[in-house]
Amino acid sequence: MANMNMIQSLNSALDNMLDSDPDVIIFGEDVGYFGGVFRTTDGLQEKHGSHRVFDSPLSEGGIAATAFGMGLNGLRPVVEIQFADYIFPAYDQIVNEMAKVRHRSGGEFWSPVTLRTPAGGGIRGGHHHSQSPESQFTHTPGLKVVYCSTPYNAKGLLISAIESNDPVVFFEPKRCYRGPFYGDPHSVPTWAEHPEAEVPESHYTIPLGEARLAQQGSDCTVISWGAMVHVCEQAISDCGVSCDLIDLQTLVPWDREKVVGSIEKTGRCVIVHEAPKTSGFGAEMVASIQERCFYHLEAPIERVTGWDTPFPHTTEWDYMPGPSRIAAAIVKTQEE
Amino acid sequence: MAPKDTGGKIRVPDAPFRPGEEASFENWPWKPGDFPMPDPKNCRFEDTVDLANGLVRVLDDDGNASGEWDPGLTAEQLLEGLEHMVRLRIFDDRMMKMQRTGLLSFYMRSLGEEAVAIAQTMALEEQDWIFPTYRQPGAQFVRGRSMVSMICHCIGNEEDNIKGRQMPVHYSYREGRFISISSPVGTQFSQAVGVSLASSYKGLDEVTITWIGDGASAEGDYHYALNFASVFNAPVILNLVNNQWAISTHANFATGMGSFASRGIPFGLASIRVDGNDFLALYSVTKWARERAASGSGATHIEVLTYRTGAHSSSDDPSRYRPKDEHTHWPGGDPVDRLKEHLIKLGEWSEDQHKELEERIDGEVIDAYKEAVKFGDLANGPYPSADTIFTEVYEEMPWHLREQHDEMMGG
Repeated sequence: MANMNMIQSLNSALDNMLDSDPDVIIFGEDVGYFGGVFRTTDGLQEKHGSHRVFDSPLSEGGIAATAFGMGLNGLRPVVEIQFADYIFPAYDQIVNEMAKVRHRSGGEFWSPVTLRTPAGGGIRGGHHHSQSPESQFTHTPGLKVVYCSTPYNAKGLLISAIESNDPVVFFEPKRCYRGPFYGDPHSVPTWAEHPEAEVPESHYTIPLGEARLAQQGSDCTVISWGAMVHVCEQAISDCGVSCDLIDLQTLVPWDREKVVGSIEKTGRCVIVHEAPKTSGFGAEMVASIQERCFYHLEAPIERVTGWDTPFPHTTEWDYMPGPSRIAAAIVKTQEE
Repeated sequence: MAPKDTGGKIRVPDAPFRPGEEASFENWPWKPGDFPMPDPKNCRFEDTVDLANGLVRVLDDDGNASGEWDPGLTAEQLLEGLEHMVRLRIFDDRMMKMQRTGLLSFYMRSLGEEAVAIAQTMALEEQDWIFPTYRQPGAQFVRGRSMVSMICHCIGNEEDNIKGRQMPVHYSYREGRFISISSPVGTQFSQAVGVSLASSYKGLDEVTITWIGDGASAEGDYHYALNFASVFNAPVILNLVNNQWAISTHANFATGMGSFASRGIPFGLASIRVDGNDFLALYSVTKWARERAASGSGATHIEVLTYRTGAHSSSDDPSRYRPKDEHTHWPGGDPVDRLKEHLIKLGEWSEDQHKELEERIDGEVIDAYKEAVKFGDLANGPYPSADTIFTEVYEEMPWHLREQHDEMMGG
């Protein structure tokens, strides 16, 4: 075991996979010689060679398409889209091609690509370095969608994603790369003392489709993913309500059993994500939860999300869900 | 039967020099006067093949201007260009210092590329549209934008004309026909073709100029632009600024061939490569392209050959991926120094006058900065009001945004 921040644990996952599987190949913008603008692939080119870890042209569509083709012919590409905001030139390749080839070919062809992409706000990135577009992909049959939140789950989930024979869009909450984020922009803790920063140096997996019970309680089920998991932890502590905190980890396929089990116990639910509300993944969960848990619910399900607006630069703390909005929603579920 | 193992590997290119290596660019073979100037109105794209594979220069290494491409600018025009470039460099230095103290979140300098937007915008008419990237803020000086207004944007205060919505350097300046900058690289390139076609549709004497980086030219948008411009004979000037580096990605990863300019030829576009650190050559080539576009002869594709002397942005550290002194070996030299030397050669300028100019502008920039921070800064506020999150998402606010707005303001 070693203490790692999220950058280091992702790097360790990639390193393990490059060691163990000669079909794993990594490319993307600035990921080769430089080691990535967030340093996630630091040292991997030097160790594994420039034919396995290399820079690509600045072309997200080209990156996705080329990775898709490599995957068709037996490789296991892990590509980086430098910011999730920049994934859209690749959208056609991901949504119409990668996601559908297994089905369209009657199972004759598939392409096990993993697309890693830093997502989410909190770094003063404005419109185009802050968005969290997971629901643009959860709406696409054929894709698995993962959103890590800690150094430990980042590594285990990334290895599972790479080993998956289905294409995976893997979101990394960039605000949590170097430390957890509790919703206070002026507090910048590191991962150093955090229990989830104890990470095995060797290979391990966290199965895709399994949620993590980050905290156990009795009166409300709080569900989130990515950086917001830590903000929820703060909110739960602030409001003093006893909550289950479920870190979804995988959005498609999501761990319905764990969520339903928790809500049957608590009767109350708050869903938190930083992406906009309309057609956000929270909406899908609310619909599924009411199908399964209608008679267990003691209060309407609350959603705390980013607003239905573009992500702002200067006023980002008014945009992102903070502990006070989340705590208020938790308290509201207790009033019924 | 399984195919036999060839032992081959993917051929991955590399940058010419890495940290610890001695950078050395072979001297350019091209001299001012090497290339005749074809008639912009009537020449065919095939007539520009030599220009696309060569390099148009006007200023030699000693500051002398010569050749058919010498635009014959007056001393007054040259001094105006010099002043804009010096202002941009000093402005950039001041903003970078402010970034280091947290007064703005991020910054991008134009260091080494000051001539690009400034010479090219000066060569246009005032009704022409500018569709820039983040490395052409200098066009705003030519179009008369105040530094106070630019700084207010960069520090995201109450006077920011785009209300704190975008990162610094993502200017929008409608008055100067300077279209809002977007972070995703390359998108503006094909959009600019559309802007120019609207001018065609309306029958207006307007030309659109746009730029893209060498790195971003790998995006689809670049190729869409060349094709649409060719198919619809668009009055647009398509500049590919080859400054060698896209963050850490060398231009060798953007093309497998030597000249970016010549990519325009198979699309049927007049194509020229120009020395991007040569103010006179840039001005002249742009003037030529404007005349061609305005005459109805279509778009010109220009490779602006230069070097990104500074970091990509305040978040970047180029010493990790290129020799620290690589820019000192660049055969194009420094654009400000070259124009200064030229003016001195002409007897229109002196080192003392240049120093005075720098001091005067430094004072102006400091005054502008002091004025701008009166309206707030990113570290201390005041910021644009939080309700600006909800305005201008749509022309009119729909009910669901109204509800969320009220929730935020009330909560």
